[in-house]
Amino acid sequence: MAYSDRVIDHYNNPRNVGTLDKSSGDVGTGLVGAPECGDVMRLQIRVNPETQVIEEAKFKTFGCGSAIASSSLATEWIKGRKVEEALTIKNTDIVKELSLPPVKIHCSVLAEDAIRAAIGDWKKKNGVAEAAPAAVQAAQ
Amino acid sequence: MSTVLSQVEVPAGVSLPIYMDNHATSPLDPRVLEAMMPYFTTKFGNAASRNHSFGWEAEQAVEAAREQIAKLIGATAKEIIFTSGATESNNLAIKGIAEMYRERGNHIITQVTEHKAVLDTCKRLEKYGYRVTYLPVKADGLIELEDLKRAIDDKTILVTIMAANNEIGVLQPIREIGKLCHEKGVLFHTDAVQAVGKVPVNVMADSIDVLSLSGHKIYGPKGVGALYVRRRNPRVQIAAQIDGGGHERGMRSGTLNVPGIVGLGKAAEIALAEMENEAAYLRGLRDGLKSKLESSLDYIHVNGSMEHRLPGNLNMSFVYVEGESLLMGINDVAVSSGSACTSATLEPSYVLKALGLGDDVAHSSIRFGLGRFNTQAEVDYVAAKVIDIVQKLRELSPLYEMVKEGIDLTKIEWQAH
Repeated sequence: MAYSDRVIDHYNNPRNVGTLDKSSGDVGTGLVGAPECGDVMRLQIRVNPETQVIEEAKFKTFGCGSAIASSSLATEWIKGRKVEEALTIKNTDIVKELSLPPVKIHCSVLAEDAIRAAIGDWKKKNGVAEAAPAAVQAAQ
Repeated sequence: MSTVLSQVEVPAGVSLPIYMDNHATSPLDPRVLEAMMPYFTTKFGNAASRNHSFGWEAEQAVEAAREQIAKLIGATAKEIIFTSGATESNNLAIKGIAEMYRERGNHIITQVTEHKAVLDTCKRLEKYGYRVTYLPVKADGLIELEDLKRAIDDKTILVTIMAANNEIGVLQPIREIGKLCHEKGVLFHTDAVQAVGKVPVNVMADSIDVLSLSGHKIYGPKGVGALYVRRRNPRVQIAAQIDGGGHERGMRSGTLNVPGIVGLGKAAEIALAEMENEAAYLRGLRDGLKSKLESSLDYIHVNGSMEHRLPGNLNMSFVYVEGESLLMGINDVAVSSGSACTSATLEPSYVLKALGLGDDVAHSSIRFGLGRFNTQAEVDYVAAKVIDIVQKLRELSPLYEMVKEGIDLTKIEWQAH
């Protein structure tokens, strides 16, 4: 299979590889996927408690080149954004940006899951209520 | 910024990309091409033309090739049937025997790591009322002879077990299998595509009744193969699967691929003459590659028996690194992976799973297929490159980090997706 130039770029030069202290109060950690499925992503964020801005984002990924690129891109996109803003990133945005073929769409889904899991963990730690689902919001 | 880009230097005399996937196909030996050339141009006759010199010339070439192939496997020329390749040979052998011996029984025995050309042929026969036993393999990839002995019953007509596996290079005990089959009066077919020309295979000593082989795995051309069909003790009969002009003693109709057959014959002749030296050479390269990788990397292991193995095969898992991402990093080296991501089905290799490997380890496997034209310098480069990329990808691997911290990955509740 031929990879898109964007995937190759992220694979060759992954952005924001690393580890944050998961016990730290301002760090949220998301670990998604499974080794048996061939991909595991760990995405971590450090959030400024005053501004709710994601000041740092780090990842490590076990997976194919598209999985590595999807998580690398995800960290690039969420860095500098407010938490609620980061939650608006959709897997389809990643598919488009990386020109992922249909067989690799699950990599982008996993990256979206990783963002949500990391933010969810941070919210839990900091007693921030989960945003109400869109349907409920619309009804209010 | 971290980078996965490799800075390994390319040694003098090595040109990229390097081909190290000789189980998939092998390059044509220039000596083979030379032998074939006249049969594309001036000697273009149809081997079935009996009434002019063009036909006689082609027929002579075909008969010479039949001799060369027979000699390589200890058969006689009349026992060699030409086909389009090993997939056809396997289909013809299994379906042809199943059809011909239907009155004697309907039971076929094979094993789980066979090539799809055998497994899917057996599956089709199951639809037609045949009973198929798929023997398991042990962790080393070999079948247990006792399992085979127990599986044979009074309805068994055929045992089909490969000589060498295409993924892990493991050699099945074909001599013992053949002996057992002959004792029990059951026919023995072997898919010897990967073994012929690489390790000694002898249809007499190994009690083989039917054998499939292919041109392009032994530095011959694609699109040509052969089936050995025993003529004495016992005389094996095979129902044709392609009907027509009655070529190849009625077992396989169709105008013979004369240049291909000449190439297959020449490839067989070279293989026989050079097998011993070549095997020692490849074993040296392979073992060197293995020890280089093992001395620099942790959490790697060989899949399948090292003792019963093709000289040019090395199948290794680089745990905590996903196979496709590794292939991407060593993209100037042609090898293959058992990773699901490299297959259309998103399922990891069924061969590796049959050894009892977890999906996670199967995803991390790489098959190195060394061949006649690989050099020590190439192996050195490949080893350095693989070590470099595996180390870089492990810096990216959350699993490797967790294991290094002493976390037991099996205790984590992963969310399968």
